[in-house]
Amino acid sequence: MATQKPSPDIRSSRLGKSEIDRNFSDLHPPLSRPEALIEADRCYFCYDAPCITACPTGIDIPGFIQKIRSDNIQGSAHTILSENIMGGMCARVCPTEVLCEEACVRNLHEDKPVEIGLLQRYATDPIFEQNNQLFERAASTGKKVAVVGGGPAGLSCAHRLAVLGHDVVVFNRDSKPGGLNEYGIAAYKTINDFAQTEVDYILSIGGIELRNNSPLASAAELSDLCEEYDAVFLGVGLALSNSLGIEGEDMTGVLNAIEYIADLRQAEDKSKLPVGRNVVVIGGGMTAIDVAVQSKRLGAEQVHLVYRRGPEQMSASVFEQTLARTSGVAIHHWASPERIIGGDHVTGVEFRVESSDDRLHLEADIVFKAIGQNMNGDGLISIALESGRFVVDENQKTSMDKVWAGGDCVVGGDDLTVSAVQHGKIAAIDIDRHLRKA
Amino acid sequence: MIMADLKTEFLGISSPNPFWLASAPPTDKAYNVNRAFEAGWGGAIWKTLGEDPHIVNVSGPRYSTLFSNDRRVIGFNNIELITDRPLQTNLDELRQIKKDWPDRALVASIMLPMDEASWAKYVPMIEDTGVDGFELNFGCPHGMSERGMGAAVGQVPEYIQMATEWAKQAASVPVIVKLTPNIADILPPAKAAQDGGADAVSLINTINSIMRVDYDSLTMYPTTDGMGTHGGYCGEAVKPIALNMVAEIARSDATRALPISGIGGITNWRDAVDFFALGARNVQVCTAAMVYGFKIIDDLVDGLSTFLDQKQMTLDQLVGKAVPSVTDWQHLNLNYIEKAVIDQDLCIKCGRCHIACEDTAHQAITNMVDGERRFEVIDEECVGCNLCVSVCPVDGCISMQQLTTGTDPRTGEPITDEKLQWTGHPNNPMRKTG
Repeated sequence: MATQKPSPDIRSSRLGKSEIDRNFSDLHPPLSRPEALIEADRCYFCYDAPCITACPTGIDIPGFIQKIRSDNIQGSAHTILSENIMGGMCARVCPTEVLCEEACVRNLHEDKPVEIGLLQRYATDPIFEQNNQLFERAASTGKKVAVVGGGPAGLSCAHRLAVLGHDVVVFNRDSKPGGLNEYGIAAYKTINDFAQTEVDYILSIGGIELRNNSPLASAAELSDLCEEYDAVFLGVGLALSNSLGIEGEDMTGVLNAIEYIADLRQAEDKSKLPVGRNVVVIGGGMTAIDVAVQSKRLGAEQVHLVYRRGPEQMSASVFEQTLARTSGVAIHHWASPERIIGGDHVTGVEFRVESSDDRLHLEADIVFKAIGQNMNGDGLISIALESGRFVVDENQKTSMDKVWAGGDCVVGGDDLTVSAVQHGKIAAIDIDRHLRKA
Repeated sequence: MIMADLKTEFLGISSPNPFWLASAPPTDKAYNVNRAFEAGWGGAIWKTLGEDPHIVNVSGPRYSTLFSNDRRVIGFNNIELITDRPLQTNLDELRQIKKDWPDRALVASIMLPMDEASWAKYVPMIEDTGVDGFELNFGCPHGMSERGMGAAVGQVPEYIQMATEWAKQAASVPVIVKLTPNIADILPPAKAAQDGGADAVSLINTINSIMRVDYDSLTMYPTTDGMGTHGGYCGEAVKPIALNMVAEIARSDATRALPISGIGGITNWRDAVDFFALGARNVQVCTAAMVYGFKIIDDLVDGLSTFLDQKQMTLDQLVGKAVPSVTDWQHLNLNYIEKAVIDQDLCIKCGRCHIACEDTAHQAITNMVDGERRFEVIDEECVGCNLCVSVCPVDGCISMQQLTTGTDPRTGEPITDEKLQWTGHPNNPMRKTG
């Protein structure tokens, strides 16, 4: 080699600003009106439509599409948002190919579902752009509910409670609301600060007080909330990243993907973000894909995504896996990390290849861990847990009196915004039922 | 590849194919007709000529449209009147076109007041240009009808007969009478044309219509300076109405000998086959050309030729082929039984057949079988109405199949080969016995 490679090779501005801007533009540009009308025309308006069943929030999809066809955009948005107040974000981030669009009957005879996600965005975008308030609060009940967590579950719960006439205080850990909508999710899926636009819309219903930088720190605080409020909803997410539990994990350059994604989302100028020349991502979920693709789009030369099992077991959808490949990410299956190699700083990772004595050695300036998160449940131990998550019933009620929970922090949480929204909605309806009985 | 010859004789007027442009804006002047003939159209009926001085048209919206969701034109509404150019200009151009295109059919459409002198004056003048025939416009339902012409004539059989007689007296070339659909029964006008000596009828002209309102101003749409008027409706949407009227004339004892030129929503060769099979000997096209341009003649000619080749038929053999299958309701066989059958391999499980049947028909299609989403016909309830076939989005998925043996599970009655018409049905108090 003619020149000595600097080690580690981590720097910003690997690509010019304009190229980065292009790489982080809208992944799925919105439909124009003619496109939307033609696409809406493809909906068969099925009876007992399979897409509705496949939507975790049960949106009346044929209903909202029919309203698009008749230019009743406000009515269409109301149909969507009354089941899913984050219908705008879900239109952008839902893995529709494994939810509503997978269930579309058009798959059965032409293998091309109706573009439900894009139509949902078409119907909801104007509502947020115009801040068109579609909901009205019921008469005040005089009840107060504490919602812990400013992510999709918490905000969904808060909105529904506010609509039902309750007053809500949202205790948000971070300096901005939105949870993973604000700090997670690949940037090209939610451009133009949409997460905050959506939160503003949700809060504009009234009756919701947002307190940022207010983490729930202890069981004692939870008890205090139960004293002070008529009900408590926990949508605290999974704050801690899982560890690999292997040699070298503490080296510099070994990062939690979720933190890097948060930095990326908050960066004013993405070209200023430090990017490794060689990046290795360990994991097989959406976070792994998001960090791998975004690293590539920031200018990393080699990005390897390594997953310990096969493509079918990856929780990232086929669409996401394809997106990674077409973005230039190399995906390796059936390889588990054995040790991180390096001195002060990581230089590579060694993987054991499944069912063989082979080793896969990948050079790395940065290693991202994207093997899931867990909840720091220790402080809230008074609630029954299973595998480190809250146990809830079908109404999102925990074992603790006056406490409901939803989103990623409950058993059955599946890392999807849409599921978290549904949890929050169900909990709000149940809380309302309880408070009216009381 | 040898294609079926579409050369046609209609009333002794020959044309290389049976597709003529109807009298309308596409045949307004020589420029358009030249382009049409270059594109391959078999003939043209010139935009309707009237008296001098010529009428005037509005200089605002003349058309409005019924769209499908992707803005495909389903129907047109128009308020344009007859030619608004000097008669002499039209005569000069007719003469030139006939000279330049001797193998194409060129027919003059005319609309004149209800006095014999007008017909005696104008008909010979127009015939002198060399046109192959006349078409009497007794059809336009807007504007001219307010002046006692167009549909105002076509709605009164006595007027039709009278004006036809005047035209026949003045003309030596064939006379076609163009009928309006804005009547209760097409047979009296057709019979009147025949009695007046018409060589043929052409139908249908346009249907009285208002397209819609303007959702902002809540006025009718479109308007001319804030006011609107009804127009004539045409295009694909009117085809079924036209087909019925054509078939009625073709199967009626009184009018079956009258040659028919079919008009109404013909957009592709299949539409033309409908008209031919139901009794038309040639067809006229307007709206489709106005939407897509003259080039559609390629598919019309090519599609019809290919179809005839596949059927091993001539165009003459196709004409009227389906007429014997058209009858009155009272002659339908009430012992004939069909049931819908859903091909489960083709079914995409949209459930439209179920909800249509469940909400609006006979509750004869399941939505769940053994806890699975599955759509099956319940023979005990199915009356064979064809609604499910009509709403199914998958071609060929639901078919109607005749029951030939056993009993009808719905009625418990045995299936019989014996025909039973309403005329002889026991429930008919007027039944014919013996």
